[in-house]
Amino acid sequence: MNTEINKTLQQPWKPRIVAFFCNWCTYTAADLAGVSRLKYAPSVLIIRLMCSGRVDPQFVLDAFAKGADGVLIGGCHFGDCHYIEGNHKMFRRYQMLKRMIVNMGIEPERLRLEWISASEGDKLKRVINDMNEKVQALGPLNLPGKFQEWDLEIQDMIDQNGDMPAAKEEHHV
Amino acid sequence: MKYLYYPGCSLKSSGRAYEESLLAVFDALDIQLEEIDDWNCCGATSYMGVDEIKAFGLAARNIGLANRQKKTQDDEETHIIAPCSACYLVLLKTQKYLATHTDVRNSIQGGLSEIDLDLNSNIKIRHPLDVLVNDIGYQKIAERVQKPLKNVKVASYYGCQIIRPYQEFDKEYYPMTMDHLVTKLGGEAVDWPLKTRCCGGTLMGTMQDVGLQINYRLLKEAHRRNADVMITTCPLCQFNLECYQDKIMKSHNDSVEMPVIYFTQLMGMAFGLSDISLGLNRLLTPVSDIFQ
Amino acid sequence: MSSTSKNGSVRIGYYVCHCGHNIAANVDVAIVAKEIEKLPGVVITREYKYMCSDPGQELIQEDIKELNLNRIVVASCSPLLHEQTFRNALTHGGLNPYFLQMVNIRENVSWVHTDRELATQKAIDLSRAAVRRVAIHKALETRQVSINPDVLVVGGGISGINAALTLANAGKKVYLVERDPTIGGHMAQFDKTFPTLDCAACILTPKMSDVKNHPNITLWTYSEVVEFSGFVGSFKAKIKHKPRYIIEDLCVGCLDCIDACVYKNPKYRDEFNVGLSKRKPIYIPFPQATPQVVVVDPENCIQVKRGKCKMTCVDVCDRNAFDFTQQETFEEIQVGSVILTTGFQTFNPEKTPYYGYGKYDNVYTSLEVERIVNSAGPTGGEVLMRDGQKPKKVGIVHCVGSRDDRTNKWCSRVCCMYSLKLASLIKEHTGAEVYNFYIDMRTPGKGYEEFYDKVLKEKVHFIRGRVAEVTDWAAEKEEEGKLIIRVEDTLVGAVRRIPVDMVVLSVGIEPQTDAHDVRRLFNISCSTEGFFTERHPKLAPVETAAEGIFIAGCCQGPKDIPDSVAQSGAAASQALALIDKGVMEMEPNTAYVLEEACSGCKSCISLCPYTAITFVEERKKAEINEALCKGCGTCVAACPSSAIMQNLFEDDEIYSEIEGLLSIPQL
Repeated sequence: MNTEINKTLQQPWKPRIVAFFCNWCTYTAADLAGVSRLKYAPSVLIIRLMCSGRVDPQFVLDAFAKGADGVLIGGCHFGDCHYIEGNHKMFRRYQMLKRMIVNMGIEPERLRLEWISASEGDKLKRVINDMNEKVQALGPLNLPGKFQEWDLEIQDMIDQNGDMPAAKEEHHV
Repeated sequence: MKYLYYPGCSLKSSGRAYEESLLAVFDALDIQLEEIDDWNCCGATSYMGVDEIKAFGLAARNIGLANRQKKTQDDEETHIIAPCSACYLVLLKTQKYLATHTDVRNSIQGGLSEIDLDLNSNIKIRHPLDVLVNDIGYQKIAERVQKPLKNVKVASYYGCQIIRPYQEFDKEYYPMTMDHLVTKLGGEAVDWPLKTRCCGGTLMGTMQDVGLQINYRLLKEAHRRNADVMITTCPLCQFNLECYQDKIMKSHNDSVEMPVIYFTQLMGMAFGLSDISLGLNRLLTPVSDIFQ
Repeated sequence: MSSTSKNGSVRIGYYVCHCGHNIAANVDVAIVAKEIEKLPGVVITREYKYMCSDPGQELIQEDIKELNLNRIVVASCSPLLHEQTFRNALTHGGLNPYFLQMVNIRENVSWVHTDRELATQKAIDLSRAAVRRVAIHKALETRQVSINPDVLVVGGGISGINAALTLANAGKKVYLVERDPTIGGHMAQFDKTFPTLDCAACILTPKMSDVKNHPNITLWTYSEVVEFSGFVGSFKAKIKHKPRYIIEDLCVGCLDCIDACVYKNPKYRDEFNVGLSKRKPIYIPFPQATPQVVVVDPENCIQVKRGKCKMTCVDVCDRNAFDFTQQETFEEIQVGSVILTTGFQTFNPEKTPYYGYGKYDNVYTSLEVERIVNSAGPTGGEVLMRDGQKPKKVGIVHCVGSRDDRTNKWCSRVCCMYSLKLASLIKEHTGAEVYNFYIDMRTPGKGYEEFYDKVLKEKVHFIRGRVAEVTDWAAEKEEEGKLIIRVEDTLVGAVRRIPVDMVVLSVGIEPQTDAHDVRRLFNISCSTEGFFTERHPKLAPVETAAEGIFIAGCCQGPKDIPDSVAQSGAAASQALALIDKGVMEMEPNTAYVLEEACSGCKSCISLCPYTAITFVEERKKAEINEALCKGCGTCVAACPSSAIMQNLFEDDEIYSEIEGLLSIPQL
């Protein structure tokens, strides 16, 4: 795996955005974008779910914690959900998630929810490129790296002050 | 509401009748106009074809001036009235172009900063026709009429620039604002399919035979539809259609004489304003006999 | 997540597909295979030209046997295209089909990226995620649901008629619902059909009466589907019957009531003749309307509106078929599949004001001219204009509302051919000079080009160019009183003015205005413009994303009568295939409750749109009815105790995917 790491080291930094797309609209739109040979930034890594309603807020937080620089959620437009209103449920979670990540010090632009129907391959392209540009401008989030730094800081404090209550904690959200 | 007024070169020269009638009509309707101090050329015609940046720069300076004038009065939103179709279009185009082309905007803003001016998006470019029918309203205009244009058949000539490429207040293929205005003034609007056809622009100076033919067709069709008078919104259209009528008639061996006046002049006549105040004395083809 | 160590016996086979050059051109598949080989649990990696081909699938099957593989990852195209193919390969190889995970490196990678290195890196990232995920896959059983053999056909144009008859002839029970008072659709309005010029009514009306008389078809005209629910095999539909104020079973269609109406003269817009003639408040759309039952127009009938009419119509009806107390009625039916044949509308040329429609009397739409040339039409088949004159020169403007950025971008496919047909008919009826203004002549179809040739020989004029405007402005004396068509003749290279008496606008085909409502009702998808989308543009042209719902005719896209008939036949056969099988296999992606973790908070109950979750009072736990669950996973995501799981989309599977995607640190 060293060759891979070396290669990534040589390249300029590129964001990595984890995308959760619903099977019926946005994933199909991604297929359409492919079939239409539209070109977009390679930073988006798609995970297919049946419905945007399946996106557990934990998935989003986990993606950030594991090193994603952005998270994109794609679902059907209101009224178009294959499961009637799963997207409404996601929308509510999204409002909550937005507040949460801001409190955690993550820029709000790193999380995005978009309604992209099966026919909107061009919108998918626009959204991905736009988000790629914005996250690129924000730079790396690198939560795993920060976790390590904080671990070291805490270790230092322990080393200097001896006992520290509840010093070590798992960083899994 | 106070409007800033950008006259442009034509209204101070060949189109003086336009300015006179515009000011008279606005005054009659209690609309205040304030001329922009130190305005310059709008950047139309040759400039736009030769060097877009310089043309945008010229237009932008006028917008910057309006912005400064506005700031001293601390107004919320400012409207510039540009009566000449070319000025109207160039100012509008500049605003729209700079809004989407940040690089050009930045370089022009840089230049304007040198002379303490800045562009402001809160400025709106308006055509007086738009202001009259949409801000003032047909109702209020109709109420001001003292001498209704009874039995006067009017062909409204919109020309190209106020509706193309932007449709700020009327439709591009068959505009109707002036036609409605004519009916409110008590006149009869002639359904005239050439209302947005080209007047030849500067062809009258460069390829006169073409210019003459274009204008002959406009006048001929207005005649065929029994129009008594043609109204325009643009100094160049008015100039082409009126000043060359002799030549047109001679070259086509057809009598197509017809008064061609500004829509503001027609409004002023219906309002009962004096001929002098409306610049009617400047017309080559007299208009007074259309009133019985 | 130490998934692989938990499943110590996991043996993964990884296959990356070239897809000819489709993938291999933009992704270095050899590097991908090499990188994936290093991952724990991966026993073998292979690259192959076409994984979906038989040899490709056999490769997997042999490896399963020889290398004892128990998990398979295929990196190729979209799972929506070939997941089933590879699942079958697993089954044939003796493995549970759900031990498969696909990686979409074609639609999501090679087709959309240009930088080969980055695309290769992305393919590796996605593959790593799939390898991690597949390691913890579980064996699952496919669900089966039984199929109700009854079919609902929505829309009674030629497509709906053909689909209904095909199914009914196969012995299936069909409900045909049409919102107008008669079936027949647009085809009933046409005069003759290209390229054979056989009369539309002659070939359509026998089919219409077949529908009416078929013992297996329940025909409901003047009715609409207002509610729709359920899933493949057992749909429920609620049908609204609009009041005709006539008892359908009693009316024999003698039409005496129409003569007797208090309105001596027809006064209202005749929809069938596109407003070219008038009808009374009681009417029959056209003589062969099916069913042969009159209808009362509630907007204009004095009795319906004010209840104070002499009702001369009722007096003459010796069948006592009138019932002015009729109200809307509703009926619920259960069907196993649905065919949507809701048709199209023609482009409204008022949106192209430069063509003068609605402004000049002698500018017509092609649909209006269909009625004018029809011998049963408003002019008795004589080509007369609104002023009663016969045209001497006629201009036919093609592509009105088609192939145009300002209106509709698509080609409506039928206009060239019907314009040729109208040109030929007008010439035949009047001997007029006919000009066709076209952008390109599009005549693909059996006998179509030959028809074009025939019309050319009939000395119809063809001018190549999009018409700029239709005006009554006469530039020359000869043009006075005419309509002038201004056009750039692109073959001559000049702007021409062609004075004519009559202009025919060949209007394009558009989706129905309420296409989006229909789409929503049936939960299928449609393109931005409103044509319903098929599951696959080539390989599944009548299926939709919703199982058991099929589409045919112009609701799917512009097409002519032969294509509509072929497509509706195909839709009927697909429905028959479903019915004959009797059962439908469903993805086992249902949710289930881990009872020991369920706290009984009931958060999930209200979330489920299918009422699949119930609360079991005795145990104070939630329970999911697998038969009702559609597998959206909304409850799974919402359960505060993580007590709900979803087959195929387990939390752990998603987490391992996330981890797999991101496990290479980027600095």
